[in-house]
Amino acid sequence: MIPANFEYYRPDSVAAALGILQEHGDEARVIAGGHSLIPMMKLRMAEVPHLIDLQAIAALRGISIEGGTVRIGAMTTQNELITHDDLLQAAPILREAALQIADPQVRYMGTVGGNVANGDPGNDMPGLFQALDASFELHGPEGIRSVPARDFYEAAYMTAREDDEILTAITFARTSGGYAYEKQKRKIGDYATAAAAVLLTKEGGKVATAAIAMTNLSDTPVFCADAAGALVGTECTTDALAAADAAMQAVIDPMQDNRGPAEFKRHVAGVILKRAILRAWSRA
Amino acid sequence: MKDLDEREERRSALKGLGCSRKRVEDVRFTQGKGHYVDDISMPGMLHGDFVRSPYAHARVVSIDASKALALPGVVAVLTAKDLEPLSLHWMPTLAGDKQMVLADGKVLFQGQEVAFVVAKDRYIAADAVELVEVEYEELPVLVDPFEALQSDVVLREDIKDAKEGAHGPRKHHNHIFTWEEGNAEATEQAIGAAEVVAEEMIYYHRTHPCPLEPCGTVASMDKVNGKLTIWGTFQAPHVVRTVASLLSGIEEHNIRVVSPDIGGGFGNKVGVYPGYVCAIVASIVTGVPVKWIEDRMENLMATAFARDYWMKGRIAATKEGKITALDVHVTADHGAFDACADPTKFPAGFFHIVTGSYDIPVAHVAVDGVYTNKAPGGVAYRCSFRVTEAAYCIERMIEVLAIELGMDAAELRRINFIKKEQFPYQSALGWEYDSGDYHTAWDKALKAVDYEGLRKEQAERVEAFKRGETRKLLGIGLTHFTEIVGAGPVKNCDILGMGMFDSCEIRIHPTGSAIARLGTISQGQGHATTFAQILASEIGLSADSITIEEGDTDTAPYGLGTYGSRSTPVAGAATAMAGRKIRAKAQMIAAYLLEVHDDDLEWDVDRFVVKGAPERFKTMKDIAYAAYNQAIPGLEPGLEAVSYYDPPNMTYPFGAYICVMEVDVDTGEWEVRQFYALDDCGTRINPMVIEGQVHGGVTEALAIAMGQEIAYDEMGNCKTGTLMDFYLPTAWETPNYTTDFTETPSPHHPIGAKGVGESPNVGGVPAFSNAVHDAFRAFGLRQSHMPHDHWRIWKIAQSLGLHQ
Ligand SMILES: Cc1cc2nc3c(=O)[nH]c(=O)nc-3n(C[C@H](O)[C@H](O)[C@H](O)COP(=O)(O)OP(=O)(O)OC[C@H]3O[C@@H](n4cnc5c(N)ncnc54)[C@H](O)[C@@H]3O)c2cc1C
Repeated sequence: MIPANFEYYRPDSVAAALGILQEHGDEARVIAGGHSLIPMMKLRMAEVPHLIDLQAIAALRGISIEGGTVRIGAMTTQNELITHDDLLQAAPILREAALQIADPQVRYMGTVGGNVANGDPGNDMPGLFQALDASFELHGPEGIRSVPARDFYEAAYMTAREDDEILTAITFARTSGGYAYEKQKRKIGDYATAAAAVLLTKEGGKVATAAIAMTNLSDTPVFCADAAGALVGTECTTDALAAADAAMQAVIDPMQDNRGPAEFKRHVAGVILKRAILRAWSRA
Repeated sequence: MKDLDEREERRSALKGLGCSRKRVEDVRFTQGKGHYVDDISMPGMLHGDFVRSPYAHARVVSIDASKALALPGVVAVLTAKDLEPLSLHWMPTLAGDKQMVLADGKVLFQGQEVAFVVAKDRYIAADAVELVEVEYEELPVLVDPFEALQSDVVLREDIKDAKEGAHGPRKHHNHIFTWEEGNAEATEQAIGAAEVVAEEMIYYHRTHPCPLEPCGTVASMDKVNGKLTIWGTFQAPHVVRTVASLLSGIEEHNIRVVSPDIGGGFGNKVGVYPGYVCAIVASIVTGVPVKWIEDRMENLMATAFARDYWMKGRIAATKEGKITALDVHVTADHGAFDACADPTKFPAGFFHIVTGSYDIPVAHVAVDGVYTNKAPGGVAYRCSFRVTEAAYCIERMIEVLAIELGMDAAELRRINFIKKEQFPYQSALGWEYDSGDYHTAWDKALKAVDYEGLRKEQAERVEAFKRGETRKLLGIGLTHFTEIVGAGPVKNCDILGMGMFDSCEIRIHPTGSAIARLGTISQGQGHATTFAQILASEIGLSADSITIEEGDTDTAPYGLGTYGSRSTPVAGAATAMAGRKIRAKAQMIAAYLLEVHDDDLEWDVDRFVVKGAPERFKTMKDIAYAAYNQAIPGLEPGLEAVSYYDPPNMTYPFGAYICVMEVDVDTGEWEVRQFYALDDCGTRINPMVIEGQVHGGVTEALAIAMGQEIAYDEMGNCKTGTLMDFYLPTAWETPNYTTDFTETPSPHHPIGAKGVGESPNVGGVPAFSNAVHDAFRAFGLRQSHMPHDHWRIWKIAQSLGLHQ
């Protein structure tokens, strides 16, 4: 549990950070809260000769809510998601989800940007932002581009972000209606056995719109368009829940690990999805 | 009345037996001021780190350290070849086997020590480990002990043809020993003739003590004065000194072993590990101090595990439920080397306490130890030697028998308990239980939780579940355990030939304060608090004026150390006995000072008083001063005593634990609604410390029963080498506990105390496990192996058809 040697940089602007990234190519990596990267370095599963700390870049911090748009700076900590009152009004699902990430110690350090950039299928934020239809803002040598969360994840630890790009912010529209983040884990500090993010709106006593994403049930977060579609126009009856479950099962691909075999995870995914839908429905 | 009050005041000022005195250790621990091995830093100190095997079974074809040696700051890379001339490439284990210090031709488990890198700092050492090139040739892997006993694959080539092991004949090249106790023939007969027989395989899975602080050492050879000092995480420092002397050839007076503060041991720190040996050798060779501290993954993967017992039980009874016989056969997976830490004559520890709290007329146990490609160990993780395994086995077998009989499990226990008037009780497997009153404890426990009410609620829950109104079931986990602790009589308990006595040496200072040194070593048990209390009550000085010191072999008297709940039964007894010697001399001094005959004095809390003349007395403080400041005819100056205590018997603490648990049949999630723990540990020295020990022990039991395991895949890869997968509950997962007690003193212990630190683990595991089983009893569950994590509970529900 001792990392290999590395050079440490602490630039104070995105431009400076990009400069160092470019100079050292794939020998360099940014570090945010360090709560995914440092364990990997200590296990020597990640070797990072040039480590660029983003902590001193003020521009990457903070949450702003303007009009209907929420913007979260990449270096905002997971804990700040929990304590930010306006955010609770704008998108209460973030607080509910953040409270289920790791433990307070991790959340004080771990950042939102690190959580989504990491690409670990166990991370909770990627699925959450897919449900929210968020966009990730990326700064690279060629300028700024924006990638929808739903298109960002390619495989475990593989994302649409280029090695020389820095994720600077996450934006999404203010939510309305019902929401729920449901997660089963073995203990505090554990990644999900299965987790479900559900957002839905109600009109005339029926589901008007819905969005569903599942976590740790494939090598990427799983956005479940068909499962959400199965709810629209229904009253979240037993049949609608079963249809959503079936649609979700068709797109997840869980792997056996110490949490249990795939068969178990599928069952749990179904149970928690239904629980999440019902909780979201009760809040819609 | 006034006299009584005055006496009570003096008594409570002592903070002696029965006082919930705050732990004196906690001041430094809660402020982060403890001093652990890794806090030791010495000028010029070097750092060691291991190259470990990625394979569970492989031949080591070659080791090339040239790249590592070329790295600036690397001092040496030791391999078995370097240790061989010193005969230190293998070392003896506590169980009579031997273990490779560094891979000698092959590796037998993943994480095995292959080479030891010594470097100027910890970081360079870790870099150099990466640079050592080892070529392996993979061999077939055996992770299943039953398969190992059939397989042609030879694990231990060094003893391939040995027909005899340390504990008698070997049946197969992967077999270690067979050990038996009881009457096989009579047991077989009783089972054959029985009206009802319940048979079940009970597996107590492999787990790990996982102390907060991993293992480590600093070895310092002073070449000028020839003294070797070893600081380390040792639960038995004196034994380590003896072993170090025997292995190194350095005379024992030239070795000093020190256990500083220890961050938990739970059995993990009893044995001797390759890291200790390598650090010592490296220091002897280099003449500078060498530190080795393992990390968490190394601790979980390579140092001593616990349990891994496959227990095939058969229990016979009459139709009314009176048990007539018990037979248990154990297949014990010991891993690559037999490194159990048991008293020499007991290769399966005290497993033959397996008749538990019950009056079983005939019984028989047999244990077969087996080698596999897993880490060595088999230590007593917060229990006396193999006692948790035994308690789990009988407490599960009782439940299975209750199912077989269609009886209530509480009632089945009640009608089979050893009765109060049967103590001292001779068990069918050869133990003499010192004292007990099981019925009283049991009734108190059942009443406290409203057992009848719980059963009614449970039955209603089952009905509601069947009607589809709930998806949660209710389990009531019962346990009545009997512990056996305090090893032990020297006549039958030794470790490496050292009799398992313990010791205490007391010096009273002239101003009436004292220091007592013991052969044990606290790892969180609070010895500095409780042993001072024992002494306070014996010698009449306040516990606050008594320093307790342990762990330095240059100053403390020889003792066998702290594990198996033996400190209070053995060293605690030595403390009381040494205190009594102090008091005997004090009486003579007081008689001289008061100009009366010794016999005219009586002891009164903190003083000797002339019988019939209460105004004439000398306090212990007066006496202490006199011992040093005046010549007393016929008496040597000073006030000191030492006692080496060889207990006449073990002590047998017991308890009644009840766990009420809700389980979700759809997700396998569980929630402990109530946990009631009644402990009888004889005389209670410090109720608050007892409560703390019970809380800690039940929490470890929760971990073991509900999630904690060391698991391997079929390639012998350890799947649970980090705390992400090795279940360690946080405050969040830890339920509230209700503690309670009865008090049945040990008749043979000087103050009647029995030891408690391990009872909650012994009783807790079956209580949690039985709760899970009980939740599904109405649907036909008989046995499902631990740990009861979410997916295994889900699996139970699934296999019982509860998911339709
Ligand atoms: C015990 C424990 C339990 C945990 N449990 C959970 C859990 O239940 N759910 C969960 O979601 N997470 C969990 N985590 C992970 C935690 O949330 C991490 O903080 C998070 O995954 C990464 O965020 P970070 O800021 O720490 O990023 P870092 O560890 O610093 O970085 C992670 C990766 O992202 C890259 N990166 C970081 N920021 C940027 C950026 N702005 N632009 C481009 N690349 C970037 C880094 O180069 C690195 O590759 C747990 C962590 C621990 C230690």
